[in-house]
Amino acid sequence: MSDTTKTPAAKDAAPAAAEDPTAAAAAAPAVDPRLLVREEGFKGYITEFKRKVKGGELGSIPVVIGLIVIATVFQLNNDRFLSADNLSNIGYYMAATGMLAIGLVFVLLLGEIDLSVGSVSGLAAAVFAVVVTKNGMNAWLALLLTIVTGVAIGALHGWFFAKIGVPAFVVTLAGFLGWNGLMLWLLGSSGTINIPSDEGPVRLLGKASFLLDQDIIGAYLLAGLAVLSLLAGSFMDQRRRRAAGVPFRPTSEIVLRVVALAIVAFAAAMVFNSSAGVPNALVIFLICLVVVDFVLRRTSFGRKVFAVGGGVEAARRAGINVEMVRITVFAIAGGFAAVGGMFFAGQTSSATMLAGGGNTLMLAIAAAVIGGTSLFGGRGTVWSALLGMLVIQSISTGLSLLNMEASIQYMITGAVLLGAVVIDSVSRRSQKAAGRA
Amino acid sequence: MIHVSATPVLALRGASKRFGAVQALTDVNLEVHAGEVVALVGDNGAGKSTLVKAIAGVHPIDEGVVEWEGRPVSISKPHDSQELGVATVYQDLALCDNLDVVGNLYLGRELRRRGVLDEVTMEQKARELLSTLSIRIPSVRIPIAGLSGGQRQVVAIARALIGDPKIVILDEPTAALGVEQTAQVLDLVERLRERGLGVILISHNMADVKAVADTVAVLRLGKNNGTFPVKDTSHEEIIAAITGATDNAVTRRAERRTTEAAK
Repeated sequence: MSDTTKTPAAKDAAPAAAEDPTAAAAAAPAVDPRLLVREEGFKGYITEFKRKVKGGELGSIPVVIGLIVIATVFQLNNDRFLSADNLSNIGYYMAATGMLAIGLVFVLLLGEIDLSVGSVSGLAAAVFAVVVTKNGMNAWLALLLTIVTGVAIGALHGWFFAKIGVPAFVVTLAGFLGWNGLMLWLLGSSGTINIPSDEGPVRLLGKASFLLDQDIIGAYLLAGLAVLSLLAGSFMDQRRRRAAGVPFRPTSEIVLRVVALAIVAFAAAMVFNSSAGVPNALVIFLICLVVVDFVLRRTSFGRKVFAVGGGVEAARRAGINVEMVRITVFAIAGGFAAVGGMFFAGQTSSATMLAGGGNTLMLAIAAAVIGGTSLFGGRGTVWSALLGMLVIQSISTGLSLLNMEASIQYMITGAVLLGAVVIDSVSRRSQKAAGRA
Repeated sequence: MIHVSATPVLALRGASKRFGAVQALTDVNLEVHAGEVVALVGDNGAGKSTLVKAIAGVHPIDEGVVEWEGRPVSISKPHDSQELGVATVYQDLALCDNLDVVGNLYLGRELRRRGVLDEVTMEQKARELLSTLSIRIPSVRIPIAGLSGGQRQVVAIARALIGDPKIVILDEPTAALGVEQTAQVLDLVERLRERGLGVILISHNMADVKAVADTVAVLRLGKNNGTFPVKDTSHEEIIAAITGATDNAVTRRAERRTTEAAK
């Protein structure tokens, strides 16, 4: 969906013209002289950037500014905030709620909301604890059962929404209460079931589990892999596009992107290594992000999700099974909620009645929206789950470093959520004015 | 009229459709041959849009038979209609504002390469298609929301041609267009006929109908009110069929007024 490939056609057509006259003929009339095309070089980037901001395409700018402000404020009040140990903590704890946020991105892309993900995550942890401790089921088999439970619950929500026509808000609100009740019933009078933390998924997701057993290579390997795949992917894409005679990213831009990613990835790897290594929970979260990003942008299922979010009627007339897409999306949200529940269980080695309760749901929604996924449907990426969680987890870790009470934490998180939605609404309005929404 | 085959590609026989208390279509017959442009005309509320939606599978008919190349078929959802080879361009365009031009052109029939969307080939073919139709779009990678009304119409028509259809339905394709773009669309309709496609053209504009149609099918109050070959039919005769004027004093007066108004 990116339109960063708008290089002047004349430049693209020129090399293609020699070998393939039809491609050049195709390219020539497709560019309207009134279109603002990006100029060459870095000046071009700056003018394009200014135009996008004016048009309301803020992208990740609010998040990056927010992160800088948060880091500065907390670091001035407590110099441990930017320490490697604390940053590593943020990385570990954001994975659990981040999983919920990934599922929510799907639902938000449809322009709907799922209020049940918190309760479903708590229920998932309880289901896992019960079948492992009371029925003695194999832990990995139990994990599978847990995820299937989450998917089934999500599909049930989706069925009520898509087939019966109950507003998603109401269905998932009922789920929010109902599944929380089922969780309390499963946990029984004690309210907590301890799960042995020396084996299975709970050990993998625990606080003491790191990539390659804390080997210093682990973090760098991960960073290197990310940089290399972007580099290789970009150049392969560029080659195919050049051969097909369609606009492609200039080499300078690819290099710029790869260098930017390399700086961020290796800086993060260094921070994790100077603490204890990359937590496995974070690694799984990152893998999920990459896989989901691929599904949303590169598969026809992802295209269908965006189409339904952008115009239900248009999608239906294009032959897309709108009901099926809706049910699938809610099932995916349920599945990710269950996985997130396992992450919570990994944090405490137990299923508690508090898991997935409180403000978990609000934080997950806030993360997706703060990261730039629109509440109005059709716009967003799954990376907003990562960016938003960085903001949310920084705030909550920072506030607990300062020994703030829960009351203050809630108020501040509430204000941040409101702020994010305001930015979303305002940018949508200016996008409309600029003819881009 | 170029009749390639005696058997119509698409035929509706005795089609009826009811919405609650409204009988939108009653016993309607329609035939479209390959290489024929059938103009579907009628006043507002005559049932043109309902008929189109029935063929496209959006609102399946309650009674009657749909025949495709001579054999009866059932069209109960948009997918059925697409499978047969009917492409529809609606009056309200039905494009996804958040997707770019390529995404919209290939929506619902994306090209895949090893199971993954083949953006490069889709973009290449989209550019080729748009240029063979002499369509000017700033970039095939900007969201539809950034295009003007005329550009959207043109994208919507181009989209109908992607799936290699046999019948193309155009619902008031020129209603929102400027002079040059209207001419382009009419050229486009003639190019479709040359390719041997059947075209159903809904229009209120008699000049457009006379310019490109082979046959005019008139609907009035949800019923057939005559089918005329365009060559041998005058403007007035079509208008009379649309307004329901028959030969009596009241309707002659009405007809006189209509024709005077038309002058």
